[in-house]
Amino acid sequence: MNIVIIGNGITGITCARNVRKLDSNASITVISGETEHFFSRTALMYIYMGHMKFEHTKPYEDWFWKKNRINLIKAYVKSLNSKDKTLHFDNGESIAYDKLIIACGSVPNKFGWPGENLHGVQGLYSIQDLEQMERNTKNISSAVIIGGGLIGIEMAEMLHSRKIEVKMLVRENFYWGNILPREEAQLIGKHISAHGIDLQLNTELKEIISDDQNRVKGVLTNKGEQFECQFVGLTAGVKPNIGFLEKHELETERGILINEYFETSIPHIYAAGDCAQFRNPKPGEPAIEQLWYTGKMQAETLARTICGDKSAYNRGIWFNSAKFFDLEYQTYGQILPEINDQQKSFYWEHPNGKHAFRANYSSKDESISGFNFIGIRFRQIIAEEWIREHKTIGFVIQNLKKGWFDPEFSKAFYNDISHSYLQSLKSGNEE
Amino acid sequence: MKDISLSIASPAAASPLQKAGAALTACAILSSIIAAFGAGTSNPLLFFFLITGLFISGGIFYSIPYFKAQAGIKNDGIMQNSLSSRGAIAWGIAILMTGFYIILYWFPYYLEGLIRTMDPLSMMLRNKASDQWFLYGAFYTLAVLIMGMRFIAKYKFSRYHIIRTISVMFFQLGFAFLLPAFLLKLNQPEFYFSYFWPLKYSYLFPNDIDYLIQSGNLGVFMVFWGLVMTFIATPVLTYNFGKRWYCSWVCGCGALAETLGDPYRQNSDKSLKAWKIERWMVHSVLVFITLTTALLWLNSWKSGTILGDASGLFSQWYGFLIGSVFSGVIGTGFYPIMGSRVWCRFGCPMAAILGLFQRFKSKFRITTNGGQCISCGNCSTYCEMGIDVRAYAQKGENIIRASCVGCGVCSSVCPRGVLKLENLEEEGRFIPYIRHEDKK
Repeated sequence: MNIVIIGNGITGITCARNVRKLDSNASITVISGETEHFFSRTALMYIYMGHMKFEHTKPYEDWFWKKNRINLIKAYVKSLNSKDKTLHFDNGESIAYDKLIIACGSVPNKFGWPGENLHGVQGLYSIQDLEQMERNTKNISSAVIIGGGLIGIEMAEMLHSRKIEVKMLVRENFYWGNILPREEAQLIGKHISAHGIDLQLNTELKEIISDDQNRVKGVLTNKGEQFECQFVGLTAGVKPNIGFLEKHELETERGILINEYFETSIPHIYAAGDCAQFRNPKPGEPAIEQLWYTGKMQAETLARTICGDKSAYNRGIWFNSAKFFDLEYQTYGQILPEINDQQKSFYWEHPNGKHAFRANYSSKDESISGFNFIGIRFRQIIAEEWIREHKTIGFVIQNLKKGWFDPEFSKAFYNDISHSYLQSLKSGNEE
Repeated sequence: MKDISLSIASPAAASPLQKAGAALTACAILSSIIAAFGAGTSNPLLFFFLITGLFISGGIFYSIPYFKAQAGIKNDGIMQNSLSSRGAIAWGIAILMTGFYIILYWFPYYLEGLIRTMDPLSMMLRNKASDQWFLYGAFYTLAVLIMGMRFIAKYKFSRYHIIRTISVMFFQLGFAFLLPAFLLKLNQPEFYFSYFWPLKYSYLFPNDIDYLIQSGNLGVFMVFWGLVMTFIATPVLTYNFGKRWYCSWVCGCGALAETLGDPYRQNSDKSLKAWKIERWMVHSVLVFITLTTALLWLNSWKSGTILGDASGLFSQWYGFLIGSVFSGVIGTGFYPIMGSRVWCRFGCPMAAILGLFQRFKSKFRITTNGGQCISCGNCSTYCEMGIDVRAYAQKGENIIRASCVGCGVCSSVCPRGVLKLENLEEEGRFIPYIRHEDKK
């Protein structure tokens, strides 16, 4: 069996590794134009900030690939011929496959803003983007970031580490307000501001202004304000990187359309990770999953199918994590910005504004449906078990200590949280 | 993949306070050199205060920006800084430190003037004139205290780091510097209560034990203390807390590595090859010192009839190669190039024994929090022992490695809070995380 994988990101590589584990005879080839070896995309920011060098972001030493007989080809795929089952590269070479896995990731979103292609304007996704950012931000003093999401805050932290002044234009009322409930969004917004980032809420980009050398010199907002800057970061999300399939018969929409087995519209071709779009996502789940964690889980499932154990994707109980400057964030289960009419929500925040806890639960049977932790580390297996087993909010609050994952000797807040919960019960009864 | 533009980035420049700190430290080194050339002999007290004062104020100035900054990870620019990323400054410091050790061990007469600056302190503490070892002890303790303060400032967000650092500072100052000096003043044997066999190998050699027992009741207690610590406390404490109870909480070598060595922790080699070399070397040293000790006892039991001088020669060579060259010259001198724990990782027989307990019989582990690792590599990069922490974390496995000294920095630098040092039930610590959906 000759398996060819497009993309050496977390999805492609996890798939290659798992196929190798299940089948020691398969021929496995991974193609990437970005880098020769797998690196951790999530660590790009730390290279810029000088916490790590590129070599530190490679999860496996370079001998690993040969030892595990995973062939690596450094080239961009130009076209796909699914009748001959052949891929053609930009360097003129080609490769045949029995089974093809497309895991080619994303590219930054652009929305047709005037000036979005000026020098000094860019997104951040690939190592090439990072190199460009290094050039674009050399000796500059101020930058504007468009979009208040996770890449946006990473870019802000990166620029901040080089003492570059940063303004963030955020469309919503609060930082990351389309994902976070108001309290968490406000808390994080305050933390970001405390680090000297100028958050411009309720503000959208209207135009990027050019100097006479086709370089950015400022931005104009929908409020008519003009901010001078020498760099603009476009971080309003990412979209599937499927430009090379434009004229192909493979069915695509926003991403490559797949079923729960990662099968595309053409036999023997599979797609997974950022570039894939589920035809029929389960209720409450997104059609395109663009996370490190989901890429990894999708690839593990797909590897089983490839090796003959046909398995449907089940991403299990949702979880995600992030870090906003010094604030760590973990979420388990489902927490939407607003609760619905069958839900209740309990929120606790430390007076110092650096720790917060939220639990959403059913107003009928009090069973828990999701958690947010800020500045608190919590055990994933415990949080998931409680959600899966429909534990009540009362049980959860009483047993928080079980899942507490903060370092030894840290001040623990489970007693404060439980005290605050009992208070809220009391005042609830009095009303 | 070349590092192209990424390595020539201009990092955030040092703040004026840090420049002042560096300047004061440079002045302290200059004063030391002037003292060594003879000025210290004529003006010991002046140079004592000059040198220590400049070192301490340099350290304070250097630490102020950390105290003032928002609490959090402060690793910006480390990979672009010549000092911390094996640049020209790092090589310069490595040569300076290595040279200091060579002069100290084999040509102490060049340090005569500097040694004399410590006479007033030595007279006060020990009632006798200073020598090269007292000078070394004073500088060593000063380095641990000053750089310990910097470490506490840098990691002020973590109570684990604060408490642990206060602990190593306390043991260095109290148990490894003041108490032995005070014992000398009382005409008792100079004994280090914080060092045990096999790190302080001679404490179980027949000659040392004879000498201690003959020196009186306190000497007998010292022998008893040494035996208890080596054979009872070590296994019991390591079973309950891992080897960290010693290596990053008590030990003087660990104290220097955790404080003076912290700026270089990222330079340890993380490759599989380095791990292989580490296991061969550190366990060979352990076998070597155990054999030496056994031979010495056998020889002493047979009154020197079996081996004659051979076993004495054995222990002398061990003292030269391991005790001096490895633990001092290479172990500390090479901090800026090979990372802060070269000795602890490749050479320390105590670390080897503690490591065997930790790996095979202990409640300690670094727990990986489910499937949350994003493989970023911060943990591995900042592991001073060269453990590829990420290799375990990304598989959902707990980290249980003989070499782990439990410094806790991997857990601190993890941007997703995936790692936790803890002592739980021994059973099940090797079981990896499996997604509920994947369980069969």
